[in-house]
Amino acid sequence: MNNSPLLQCTEVRKAFPKPDGAELLVLDGMNLELREGQIVGLLGRSGSGKSTLLRLIAGLSEPSAGQLRYLGQPISGPASGIAMVFQSFALFPWLTVFENVALGLEAQRMPRADIRKRSLAAIDLIGLDGFESAYPRELSGGMRQRVGFARALVVHPNILLMDEPFSALDVLTAETLRTDFLDLWAEGRMPIKGVILVTHNIEEAVLMCDRILVFGSNPGRILSEIKVSLPQPRNRLDPSFRELVESIYVEMTARPQGGASARHERFPGLGIGSQLPHVSSNLLAGLMEAVAAVPFNGKADLPDIASDLQMEIDELFPVAETLQMLRFAELEGGDLKLTEDGMAFAHAALDERKRIFSRHLLNYVPLAAHIRRVLDERASHSARKSRFVDELEDFMSEEAADQTLRAIVSWSRYAEAFAYDDENAMFSLENPT
Amino acid sequence: MNRLSPYGFLRDLASRWDVLAFIVVIGLIAFLGETSRGLFAPLSQLEVAPLSLDPIHLPEYAARTTFRMLAGLFLSLVFTLTYATWAAKSERAGKLLVPMLDILQSVPILGFISVTVVFFMSLAPGRVLGAEFAAIFAIFTSQAWNMAFSFYQSLRTIPNELSEAAESFRLSPWMRFWQLEVPFGMPALIWNMMMSMSGGWFFVVASESISVGHTTVALPGVGSYIALAIEQKNLAAIGWAIATMLIVILLYDQLLFRPLVAWADRFRVEQEPGVRVPDSWALTMMRRSRLIQAATLAFHAAVLWTSRAVKRVDKPVMDEGSPKKRSLDLLWVSLVIVAVVAGLWHLVWVLIKNTPLSEALQVCGLATLTMLRVFILIALASIVWVPIGVWVGMRPRAAQIVQPIAQFMAAFPANLLFPIAVYGIVAWRLNPDIYLSPLMILGTQWYILFNVIAGASAIPAEMRYVAANFHVSGWLWWRKVALPAVLPFYVTGAITASGGSWNAAIVAEVASWGTTHVQARGLGAYIAQATTAGDFHRIVLGIGTMSLFVVVINRLFWRPLYYYAERKYRLT
Repeated sequence: MNNSPLLQCTEVRKAFPKPDGAELLVLDGMNLELREGQIVGLLGRSGSGKSTLLRLIAGLSEPSAGQLRYLGQPISGPASGIAMVFQSFALFPWLTVFENVALGLEAQRMPRADIRKRSLAAIDLIGLDGFESAYPRELSGGMRQRVGFARALVVHPNILLMDEPFSALDVLTAETLRTDFLDLWAEGRMPIKGVILVTHNIEEAVLMCDRILVFGSNPGRILSEIKVSLPQPRNRLDPSFRELVESIYVEMTARPQGGASARHERFPGLGIGSQLPHVSSNLLAGLMEAVAAVPFNGKADLPDIASDLQMEIDELFPVAETLQMLRFAELEGGDLKLTEDGMAFAHAALDERKRIFSRHLLNYVPLAAHIRRVLDERASHSARKSRFVDELEDFMSEEAADQTLRAIVSWSRYAEAFAYDDENAMFSLENPT
Repeated sequence: MNRLSPYGFLRDLASRWDVLAFIVVIGLIAFLGETSRGLFAPLSQLEVAPLSLDPIHLPEYAARTTFRMLAGLFLSLVFTLTYATWAAKSERAGKLLVPMLDILQSVPILGFISVTVVFFMSLAPGRVLGAEFAAIFAIFTSQAWNMAFSFYQSLRTIPNELSEAAESFRLSPWMRFWQLEVPFGMPALIWNMMMSMSGGWFFVVASESISVGHTTVALPGVGSYIALAIEQKNLAAIGWAIATMLIVILLYDQLLFRPLVAWADRFRVEQEPGVRVPDSWALTMMRRSRLIQAATLAFHAAVLWTSRAVKRVDKPVMDEGSPKKRSLDLLWVSLVIVAVVAGLWHLVWVLIKNTPLSEALQVCGLATLTMLRVFILIALASIVWVPIGVWVGMRPRAAQIVQPIAQFMAAFPANLLFPIAVYGIVAWRLNPDIYLSPLMILGTQWYILFNVIAGASAIPAEMRYVAANFHVSGWLWWRKVALPAVLPFYVTGAITASGGSWNAAIVAEVASWGTTHVQARGLGAYIAQATTAGDFHRIVLGIGTMSLFVVVINRLFWRPLYYYAERKYRLT
């Protein structure tokens, strides 16, 4: 095996300018190396910058600092030896399967006969024989993604980048495609030397990767690197497989070092300027009920409750963390444990629930308390939304501020803590007539 | 069903750029007028080619009119692919080009003819050719802005992943343009082309026979035929012309646009299930024809061949704050300022020096009158067509019959029917201030109808079942179910109708039958008179005022209403 890395990223940093001139840091201190024969997984939740890193490697955007090298050469613009498979397939709907696959070779201005030969070979390899003249709209999701794979493989890339390639597919189709891919990879039939896979699915990462980089958010950075030495093909039911999945769950829910003030990585400091996830009160109540009920009785293992509720980790985490922020639950070592009030909430009737929720909202979410205070102090008992947006934008991007306020609006409506009129964008204490 | 929106001005734009764009556009028009007036002097009076009212000539006239239409369409397409691409690709250029398009769209099309006809005629020594240019340019102005807007919009909304795929597979810009951008923009572009056609027919008819001062254009065509028929008070000839136009539009629709729309369907990115794929017998015929097949293959090969000829040049991304970019920005801004100063200078020179304040006030008063007319007519048309449209839209069978008819009516140049109305006004001595007004909306009211039909047929079956289940009926049903559901569609239609009515005002407020002239008070009549008199200052003043009114009404009334309707009543 060749000893020099296919790809090397050193101290990569990416920041986007904000309207007020400051910058929003999405990736920091990123180091990564890909060697021949490896599948490296980038595992993290949405917003952890893993897709941003993938786009930097693909040459689709430029890093703010640090270096990316492909075969020792700095990456500037899309390199011809790096091809990408997209989450939503990104096929050109007006081109047939064959034309879609041939596009990359056409761009390389290869002789017509070679294009034909290589495209047909790729179509054949990926199991699309007979579909050459079909248009993407005639294909199922799984077949479309196969075209996505064939299109990437046909240019004979050294590195294949995969941006959550299975997440838009149903469970069964995704599994078939993963297995087919791993078979081809194991047999060495694909003209690729290394793979980078972006995913938020822990099991998928453990199933496919040789190394997993676990990403943390705000800013996106690598929390840890996990080597997966289980032999292929891997079995999801194998105890050592389960153990590894469990340990990554623990890893991803662990409290970072630095004491209580830094305990929620998504809610740093929990000041007024904390970004809030938009999690509906229905989901919060639902998760509390599920954890309070048998067999969990107030304490649940995250992978267990996730599979019990048929939720993905990416969907479950924000809900669990919001419960923690509202002091309805404790999140530790891969376990979710309801607090006393959390249990009380789960067993209460609607009016009592609203009272408990309102108390916690105003006590533990400073922004809610702040809005309530402003409304109380004013004679009109009303305030413009823009006022709070302006305050929030000192701390976060416009989008994040918008999302945070939407979360506050939905929680305060449920808690009946204060009202919001979308038509005039006004907060008020009045009840709707 | 798609909503039919030929007017593409509904978007957010930086307002200071709008002001600049307004000045630049009006300045350019004034400049064109001034220049052509200088060139105008040495021209002797045109000898009018003799036209004949014999219906035997109508096929030939129709063919020539159609040819002008095609030429205008072709030019619009070329303009669209270049201007819109430039505006979308260059951040700097886009800042000015997009608001300019918006302003250009608000300039009355007949205003363009008034100003440019002399210019074009002075360009070409064989004077008929110059007149042809002017007529084709009129068609161009009735279509190009909408089409460019639609294409610009498409370029800006290409799905991120498609764009990234093109980039990561290293497509050259040329290849990207033909393989990604043009196909992606195609459905919207063709739809807009078709919708702009109604304007096109209207203005080709109007521009074939026009007098600006001492310059008279009379091109052989259906429009001139009508003009002659009016002059000679020949009602039978007018009937013949209307019949001819009906056939021409029918053929145009069946042979050009139906196939195009059906063909463009393959370029749509979102393939919603259950949406009926448009069909066209002509397209099926063409697809099966070897000749057409060979032609498409040749075009495809040309695209591929040129793609190979143009290399991809890898260029480093220019950093946001680099001194080079900043200095280029500075250069651009100074260029724009120079252009604006030039435009302003022309405006001041043409308008302020030549028009007393009282005249300016009078023009504003006339514009207000026209505005009042437009609003009242839209309101009246809405009262008539919204209930009918909802009724038809709720019944799929009826909608299938009525919808094509409404679209057809919208495409028919309403000015062909004016003489009949004028005949009536003269015969019964009616008040032209009132009875000429309906002509403004004669051709544009159909937009309201077919948009409402489209909206009503888009009401989900479940919503109707709910209404029936809870016995929601009568006025309550209209208030809570039907009207809110069709509102976004209605607003789109009303905007189009309003824009079209302003344009039509120039021909509708003045009309004649033989030697009898009837005239309503309004800005349209003012511009028409100034055009006949060849008074450039008044033409520019009138056009400028009308553009200003249209822009302001769009910004302050239609656009907010559109956003409100989209946000609150859009069924997704």
